[in-house]
Amino acid sequence: MRYLGVRYIIALIIVLVTLWLVLSGYFNKPLLLWLGSASVIFTIILTIRMRIIDNESVPYFNLFRMVPYLVWLVVEIWKSTIIISATILRPDMVLTPRLIRVKTLPSSGFGRALFANSITLTPGTVSIDLDDDEVIVHTLLKEMTNRGDFAEMARRCAIAAGEKEPAF
Amino acid sequence: MIEWGVWLDLARHGLAGAMMLAGACFMLIGSIGVLRLPDFYARIHAAGITDTLATIFLLGGMVVESGLTQTSAKLALVGMLLFLTSPTATHAVANAAHKAGLKPRLGTIAPPHPRDREDG
Repeated sequence: MRYLGVRYIIALIIVLVTLWLVLSGYFNKPLLLWLGSASVIFTIILTIRMRIIDNESVPYFNLFRMVPYLVWLVVEIWKSTIIISATILRPDMVLTPRLIRVKTLPSSGFGRALFANSITLTPGTVSIDLDDDEVIVHTLLKEMTNRGDFAEMARRCAIAAGEKEPAF
Repeated sequence: MIEWGVWLDLARHGLAGAMMLAGACFMLIGSIGVLRLPDFYARIHAAGITDTLATIFLLGGMVVESGLTQTSAKLALVGMLLFLTSPTATHAVANAAHKAGLKPRLGTIAPPHPRDREDG
């Protein structure tokens, strides 16, 4: 358990140093580099003191699983944006809004937050409430209430959050 | 001898321009949707288009335009920030409306044709 904490602290240091260097862009000003090191050390001490170092505050070990998921998500966003845009631009548009309950598959907090945020990011579906194992979703068109699509997204979220591949 | 650098730059600027134009188009479509859709919950969906795909296209175009510089790294960071925060904000607004008891209009809705509106 202590080993895990050290792993998260090292990852956080690397990320914070990279962030400072990218945002400042000065590699040859000693004063700025000193200020940067001081801020990073101060932040690390604060996070350790507040005991918030865990998989949720340092989610970078999921990165390799997250990248394929994000690519898939952008493709989904593209597809539903085309449908919604076509609906909006039709002069005689017909809307079929529904409220549906969708089962969440991921069990960790990170996975459930990822699932709800993915639903909201996809145009045409917005998550408006979360229960223990269900999300209430408002959909603009009845074509978007397909259970299979939500199940597919939930499965991919569970994998991206680092949970074991669920049985389907 | 063909100067490849010039052609590469030309292609880069063309791609950047096309992406930013697409982003601007989606922004416009989202705004039209916010004006046309009948109901609070439906309007959130139109605002979602400007949040997601339009932002991806606009920031992507800017990243391509500025090339491999510090500026594009900063733009990518801005994009990541927006990608994380905008669904949270949308969910907060929708959840607040739901908790406050605003009922969505459900069923089949056909908003009036633009030509039939009195205020044009």
